[in-house]
Formats: sequence, structure tokens, C-alpha cells
Amino acid sequence: MRIRRNKTTLLTAVGAALLLGLTACAPAGSAGPGGVDDSGDAPATGDGPYNLEIAESPEFEEGTTMAELAEAGTLRVGTKFDQPLFGLQGPDGNPVGFDVAIAALVAAELGIPFENIEWSEAISSVRESFLETDQVDIVVATYTINDARKERIGFAGPYFEAGQSILVAAGNPEGIEGPEDVEGLPVCSVEGSTPAATIADEYGAELLAAGAYSDCLDPLRNGQVVAVTTDNVILSGFVDQNPGEFELVGDTFTEEPYGIGVPLGDDAFRTFINDVLEEAYEDGTWARLFEETAGVVLDTPEPPAVDRY
Amino acid sequence: MQFLIESGDVLLEGFLATLRMLALTFLLALPLGVVLAVMRISPVPSLRWVATGFTELLRNTPLTLVFFLLVFVMPRLGVIIDFQFSAIVALTLYTAPFFSEAIRSGVNSVPVGQAEAARSIGLTFGQTARHVILPQAVRSVIPPILNVTIALTKNTSVAGGFLVFELFASSRRLANAYANETILIFVVIALCYLAITIPLGRLADALEKKVAVLR
Repeated sequence: MRIRRNKTTLLTAVGAALLLGLTACAPAGSAGPGGVDDSGDAPATGDGPYNLEIAESPEFEEGTTMAELAEAGTLRVGTKFDQPLFGLQGPDGNPVGFDVAIAALVAAELGIPFENIEWSEAISSVRESFLETDQVDIVVATYTINDARKERIGFAGPYFEAGQSILVAAGNPEGIEGPEDVEGLPVCSVEGSTPAATIADEYGAELLAAGAYSDCLDPLRNGQVVAVTTDNVILSGFVDQNPGEFELVGDTFTEEPYGIGVPLGDDAFRTFINDVLEEAYEDGTWARLFEETAGVVLDTPEPPAVDRY
Repeated sequence: MQFLIESGDVLLEGFLATLRMLALTFLLALPLGVVLAVMRISPVPSLRWVATGFTELLRNTPLTLVFFLLVFVMPRLGVIIDFQFSAIVALTLYTAPFFSEAIRSGVNSVPVGQAEAARSIGLTFGQTARHVILPQAVRSVIPPILNVTIALTKNTSVAGGFLVFELFASSRRLANAYANETILIFVVIALCYLAITIPLGRLADALEKKVAVLR
């Protein structure tokens, strides 16, 4: 029987290896970038992985979204699951990153602890409809504020200013210094994203569009594309995940203010979130959350001014 | 409808890319399917085994995995080909077995006595297949062949997730540019696919009427 058991083990191992191979795009499950620093020097006073103070039975005006959410005791959040540093699903199923920390901050001010947040994956193309069809209460998902989107939903924030940048293979074999240098050259980005449209329409690159940013890394390794382009923070995550393989070149050449999506016309809720953000800017919570997540790789910037339109 | 007025060219480009992919794959996969079918009914065991193995392997693998192998795995093994070309190869490899099975079922609809009679007057296997079996099989082959072609039309959308610009990819591009019209965009994209598949269905009906035989 021993032989048979060995066979089974071998088969299991082969199966596991195949599965691993097939999901090779997925980053190794580590609390690396965007993970939580478990070194033990964080004060264990607050709640959840981000040590946030949970508001004690906060008072809200009758009938507002805040009152309803505080009453229900849960917050449904749409975020990214595949973006290192901002929203990356960890091995325990919960996402980690700066977007996740910001969502947890909003929940905390509503008196909702981290374990009562319901996370859903909100890929780029479904973010508006998630809010319109009431599948989530807020969307925090590297969500660039723009006018077309404002027709369908409301934005609180911005809580972070990203900018489009360019990723090349280590050593920069093509000598690319900025977006002007990729005209007519094959560049990878994600189909249906703002950076993809920018590099193709404004800089004349030959766009090769993938389904996810991680799908752009292999073509770059193989020289099938000369560069990958999207927001600098996402690219930084890849540089960090693949040491010695890639580098960022040049400065950012667009402004991508990340906002928090809420249902259209819920101005009271937007105002509340803006107040929460401004308070977090003031008392240093915003900076602390950034340092514990994206700050592992990025320099902590000055918080942006919220836009109360 | 703003997106149609301003970005109709994006939609058209996607539509043409899908059509081109469909046509090229059809022209490559159908002959390959015929070869596989002939191998499967041939009297040579080794040919039968090879064709059966290939058919079963490709037919039972998800198309996405076939794409994944060609687009992400082959380059790691040093085979670097253009993404457009990879897509055609993936679709061809995946579709040929379906064509082959459609053809084989048509061949099986020809009474075995036909083959026996052909062999008894001294025709070789090649001659029997070419002059007796296949001409009769064509009649019952047309509907399933067009079914597979309709499925192939929809399968081309998988290429949109593998660095190829086509109709499905154009829908995502438009949905980002016109976030307030996404539902309309998806409806129009669906209509574009129907504009390909419905005529194919009609063609199948017409051809079938034309070559129908009373048995």
C-alpha cells in the first residue's frame, strides 16, 4: 500500500504544481507590499489590522445613509483584489492595502469594526453599476475621479493623487525616458483603462491591451512590448514584487485623483466621508495608514485637498 | 448614442478584427478538421490514435487555457510569436477537433453498405473516401459545421483578454470612455455579434435545403 500512497502524493504534488503554474500570475501570498506590518511595534489599542479607533455609538441625522449603515452595523465595500499596495487579496481572503485602509477608516467612523466589512471585488468596468444597483455602499478601488463617471455616481475625496507612469525592463534597454519615446512602439496596458487610452491617443503608442496589469509583465519580460503603462502606484507594486526585473522611468505625466465612489445624489454621505478624510489628514491617521500600506514602497506624499463639488 | 457618433471607428475596427479572426480561423481549422476526420476513419491504427488523441485533448481543454499556453507559456519556452497570430493558432487548434467530429458524424450517417460496395469494385480507401463517402456525407455535415462556426464566432471574444483588439475589447474601451452609456454599449456589441451569427444560421438553413436528400 505504501507505493500507492506515494503515487497519490506524487499525483497531488503534480496537480498542485500544475495549479500553481496556471496561477503563476498571482503574486506569492505574502504580507509584503500593502500587507500589514506585524513587527509588533504598532500600538495594539485600535481595531483590526489598521488599529483604528471605532466611534462609540455615533449620532447621525435620522434617515441619512450614515444612520442606516451605523444601525445595520455592516459596510459593503467594493475594492480591487489584484493591485499590490492598494487592494490585493491576502491569503485569508481579506484584501490589504491603502484603499482597504481608507475603507476601514470610513467604517470605523460609522462605528463599524473591520470584521464587519463585507468586501467585494470591483473590477474597473463594474464600479459604477455596483453602486447603481446597490450591491455595495462605497467603492474604494484606485478609482480616478472624472466627469463622465460623475454623471452616474458621486465621489468623495480625492484621498490620493496618482499619476500615469512607464515601466520598462531593468536596465532600460530601449532607452525610454518618457511617454514621447514610445510613439509607434508596442506598449502594454489594460483594455478599457484611462492610461491605455492616454498612451494610444495622445502619445501614439501601439497599444497591446491585456485583461489585467499582471498579464503585461510576461510580454515585457519577453520583449514583446517595450513598456507597460498605468498609474505609478500600481507599477511600483510590480517593481517591488519582482526585485531586479523592472524599473520606472521618467516622471508622472497625468493626474489621477483617486476618489471614493458613493451612490449618485447622496450628498450628505459624500460630505460625511470628506469630513472623515479631512480629519484623518489633520490628526496624522492618513499618513500612518499610508506608511503601513503603500508606504512600504512609496514615499508618503502630502494629502490632497478634498473636492466638495 | 454619443459613443456611436464620436467613436464609431473604434467599434468598426473591433468588428472587422473579429470578422478577420473568424475568417482566418475558419479557413485553417476546416481543412485541419477534414484531415483529422479522415485520419479517424482511416484503416491505419496509428493515424487513428494520433487523431483521436489530438481531438480528445483539445476538445476537452478550456479555450482560455489553450490561449494561456500559447500567449504566456510558449514565449517562456522561447517561441515568441505575434499576439494576433497566437490567437489564430489557439482558435484553430481548439476548433479543428469540433469540425472533425462534425464531419465524422456526417460520415457515420452514410450507410456502411456504400463503403463495402465501393471496396468490392476495387476502389482504394482514398478513392472510396473521395468519391463515395464524403460527397454523401457533405449533406449531413453542413448544419453541424455551421453550428461550430457560430460557436467559433463567439469564441473569438476570448482573444480580447489576451492582448488582441477585437469586438469585445472595443466594448471595454468604449465603456471606459463613455461610462454613462455602458449598458447601451454592451447592447450594441451584442447586436454586432448577432449581425455575424444570424446570417450564418440563415446560410445553414439555405444550404441544407439545397443539398437535402430524401432518405
